[in-house]
This record gives sequence, structure tokens and C-alpha cells, in this order.
Amino acid sequence: MARFISRRLLLSLITLWLLATIVFVIANVLPNDVGRTILGPFAPQESVDALNQKLGTDRPIIVQYVDSMRRVATFDYGDSYVSGQAVLPQLAAAMVRSAKLAGLALLLTIPVAIAAGLFAARRRDRPVDRGIVLLGVTSSSIPEFVTGTILVVVVGVQLKLLPVLATPPPNADIPTQIRYLLMPATAMAIVYFGYIARMTRAGTIEVLQSDYTRTATMKGLTTGQVMRRHVLRNALIPTVAVIAVQVGYLFGGIIAVEKIFNYNGMGQTMLFAAQQKDIPMLTAGAIIIGIVYMLATLAADMTMAWMNPRIRLDAER
Amino acid sequence: MDVSVTPTPVGPMANPAVSERAQARRETFRVLIRRPAFILGNVIVLGWIITAVLGERITPYDPFNQFFAGHLPPSPEHWMGTDRLGRDVLSRVMVGSRDVLIIAPLAAMLGVIAGTLLGLVMGYYRGTVDDVLSRIVEAFLALPVVLIALLTLVVLGTSPFVVVCVVGILFTPIVARTVRSAVLSERQLDYVTAAKLRGESGPFILSREIFPNVLGPTVVEMTVRFGYAIFTVATLSFLGVGLQPPSPDWGLSVSEEYNNMISGVWWPTLFPALAIASTVIAVNLVADSLQSVLSE
Repeated sequence: MARFISRRLLLSLITLWLLATIVFVIANVLPNDVGRTILGPFAPQESVDALNQKLGTDRPIIVQYVDSMRRVATFDYGDSYVSGQAVLPQLAAAMVRSAKLAGLALLLTIPVAIAAGLFAARRRDRPVDRGIVLLGVTSSSIPEFVTGTILVVVVGVQLKLLPVLATPPPNADIPTQIRYLLMPATAMAIVYFGYIARMTRAGTIEVLQSDYTRTATMKGLTTGQVMRRHVLRNALIPTVAVIAVQVGYLFGGIIAVEKIFNYNGMGQTMLFAAQQKDIPMLTAGAIIIGIVYMLATLAADMTMAWMNPRIRLDAER
Repeated sequence: MDVSVTPTPVGPMANPAVSERAQARRETFRVLIRRPAFILGNVIVLGWIITAVLGERITPYDPFNQFFAGHLPPSPEHWMGTDRLGRDVLSRVMVGSRDVLIIAPLAAMLGVIAGTLLGLVMGYYRGTVDDVLSRIVEAFLALPVVLIALLTLVVLGTSPFVVVCVVGILFTPIVARTVRSAVLSERQLDYVTAAKLRGESGPFILSREIFPNVLGPTVVEMTVRFGYAIFTVATLSFLGVGLQPPSPDWGLSVSEEYNNMISGVWWPTLFPALAIASTVIAVNLVADSLQSVLSE
């Protein structure tokens, strides 16, 4: 297991380096003149030059690249153009708020989606299975901001059941915070429901057709025993993988949801940075989200290796 | 297996020589048109294409003309009400698909063409090329599409062309991964070995032998990517970096009007939002039907 983990960590570091390079290329190589991009076409040349010098974007690209890789490695993400303060504390606070929202969304969606997937798989091709598949396709098709607006109109404005803005009053207790986050979290949960349910269904159908499941049934185990001991463990492996991959995606969707519900998390911070052309903030945000994604896939790989020894033995060979 | 879905004329088989391929194609099509989801999806997409093409010729009012009345609730004159500038919401929803139905297919096509080429090369040559490219693909997959699109559009400035390129490039690694795994299972088959023994070149084997056999997953991927492209472009427009005013684009309309929902003005937001939902769902219904029919 130790070898598996160290190998997997090494791969994550390589991916992280490539990711930082991609972000560097977008932010520093694509624009000819970073200062000009930020200040716009009408700013005097002197202020553009001054800004470039302040940001270090007047240096040769290769020097900038080495410097930016060093910064990524040492967690020094520079200062915001707009506020002049270090971006990291600001992003960390936003990340905590987004994590609450994303965590609640996952908490809402994972149990329901897995249950629906298992239920559908065991009734394959019957009307109820067709219905769940159709529901899955539909729910993963609707962008979060569309679900969000529909929820606001129906639940928030017409029925007045939940607050339409997600930011709770300061020092609110946990139930109140959940009440405020429930609607945005639901908007995100609906998109993931489709992915997770379909993946669980496909994984379960495959396992149900396998020889070992048939053997287990034929040796006289009850359905519950077969499901618990033989089916679930193997059927949920692709589901774990898809949940991890969705974590990266989660942070794409969260931008629109936070905009609708005016919630000051990672998404709003990124959107505000985009409007202000605050490139250090945007690049730091992209890299931090990349790191979160790496950690999530790492955790998923560990879980999968734990669930199925063949995966870790394969990797060690 | 030939997987094209072009309809073939029904009737007695004219030429038995064309047979097998045409037969398979006809079979696939016959199975497809028996799926209500496939029909429904196509009807909805076709409907939006028709309203986009006919545009002002069939809208009840000019979608850009302002009545200076501000928000009016839905009424017999304005079925979906009017927006903040007094423009007829129904007319704008009808022409709102225009930009996204041009941009999204182009972005999907770019992603699928580039991704298929990359996937073919990665899957066939294996070795160092595959290892290096796989790592790069994985790094791209770690990036949230919407955030990277946001960053790129801020840096390059937003225009439909840049939106197509950014979304297309961000889709490339996803397609490459799908095509690569399809190629991996094909390259071990006898027909590839036979071609190698005949002394065919790599590019020939890839384009003439392997590619036709991975066309199935590619067609499915194209449809799936089309759905995601609409999803992504709509989200980018909603975030203000996609299509720009005065475009009647649905995502942009929602973004311009969603603030008014709290004061009870829901119609200029809800109808474009439902239009987006209907289009992406329709495309995904088609994609899902293709996937289950072609993978059987």
C-alpha cells in the first residue's frame, strides 16, 4: 500500500506541475502585454510600464516561469491587483465558504443518487428503471444557474419557503446556515444526481451479471447478503471515481450558483477577479482548485484501492 | 460496424452488393426511431433551429424593438411579458437560440476533431508519446472548464471566436481520453495485425483501419459534447464573458434579469432559463439514445 501511495503522490505532483504550467501560459504568455490587458487600451504607456514592472511581467518569460513555479511550490501566490493584499488569506476564507456549500450539495446528492442507481439497476429495463435513467439525463443536463433561477422563483419568491440569498447573518448557528445554503446546494446537487446515479446503475448492472454474483445467489445467500458482501463493494468503484472527478467540475458550477445567490465564496471571488482583471487572484484560484481536485482524486484512488485489492496490486507491479 | 445515422430509403433492397453496410445502417436507424426519447430530442432541437432561422419573420414582435414600457407581466398581447427595456420576451426567446446554436456546435466540432486525432495517436503509438500526452490530458482534466474559460476570456477579451476556441480546446482532452480507450481495445484485434504484416504505414492503419471502427464512440462523443457546449456557453454568457448585449441569447437574458426575480418579476428570467434547459435536455436525450443503441 505504501508503494501504491507514493507512486500515486508522485503522479499527482507531475500533474500539478503541468496544471500550473497551463495556467501560467494562459495568464502570462497569451497576452502580449499583461499591464495593457489589465489597464485597457486607453491607459497611458507610463502607467502600463509601471504596472508591468511592479508585477514583474516586464522580465523575460522564462524568468517569470521559473519564478511562478517557485511561488506555486512555496505557496506564495502574490498580491491582488485590486486590493494590494495577499491573495492567499482571501482565497482561503472564500474556499471555506465554498467548501460548506459544495459539501452540503454532495451530502444531499450522494446518498439519493446511489440509492436511485442501485434501485434502477435491480429493475433493469422496467419502467421505473427507464424513469430513473430519464431523470438522470434530464437533471445532469440543466445548468446550475437555470436550476438556481427556477428554485428562486418557485421556492423563494412564490412559496417563500427559503431565503433567496445564501449568506446567513453573522454568527448564525449551524441549522440557520444550512437553511440559507439549502437552495444553492440543491441547485448543484441536481446536476450531480444524474452523473452519480447513472454511474452507480452501470456499475451495479455489470456486477449483477458477473459469475461471482450468480455463484453467491446459487449457494443460497439472501438478496441482502449478496448485495452487501458481493455487489456493493465492486459496483461502487466507478461511482467513487466519478464523485472525485466531479469535485473539479463542482468548482465550475459553483461560480454561477454563487452569483445567483450572492454568496461570497470561491466562485464570487473568481468572478469579481475576472471583472477586475485581477490575474494573480484568478491564477492562484485556478491552482488552488486544481490542488483540491488532485486531493479528491487521490482520496478516491485510495478508496478504490481499499475496496478492490486488485487495483493496488496492479499499480505495485 | 457502420454507425452513421442517415436515413436510408425504405423499400426492397436494390443492390445486394451494397448490402451489409447499408443493412447495418438501416437496422441502427430502425432501432433509433423506435425510441421516443430520440424522436422527442430531435423534435425539440429542430424546433429551436427553425425559430432561429426564421427569426423575425415569425416572432410576434421585433425582438430588439423597445416599447419603453418596462416590465409587463404575461398577458394576451405579450404571452411571456416584456423585459426591463419593454422588449417582448417571447420574441427574444424565439431568436435567442441563434448564437448558441452556431457557437456550441462549432466548439463541439473543434473539440471532437482535435480530441479524436489526439486519442488515435495516443492509443495507437502507446509508449512515451502516450505517457507524456496522458499526463497533459490529466492536468487539463483537473482544471474546471468554466473557471479556465473565464480566465482565458479575461486575458484575450471576449468574442464568439475566442469562446469557440476556448471551449473546443478544453473539450479536446476529454474526447481524447474516450477515443484513446476505444483505440486501445481495437489495436489488439487481428485486422490491425494483418494490416501491419501487409506493411501498411501507421497513418494509413489509423485513418483507414482503426478510425472507421471507433466512429461509434466518436459520434456519441460529438453529440454529448454538443450538449455540454450549450451548457458551457450558456453558463459563460450568464457570467458575462460569453455572448454580449444586445444579443437575445438565453444565458445573457437570464444574467440581465435575474436580479429582478426577488421583486416578483420572474418572466424575463424563467422563460429563457426553461429554453436553455429544454435544448440541453433534448440534445442529451439524443446522445443517450445513440449511446445505448450504438454500444449494443
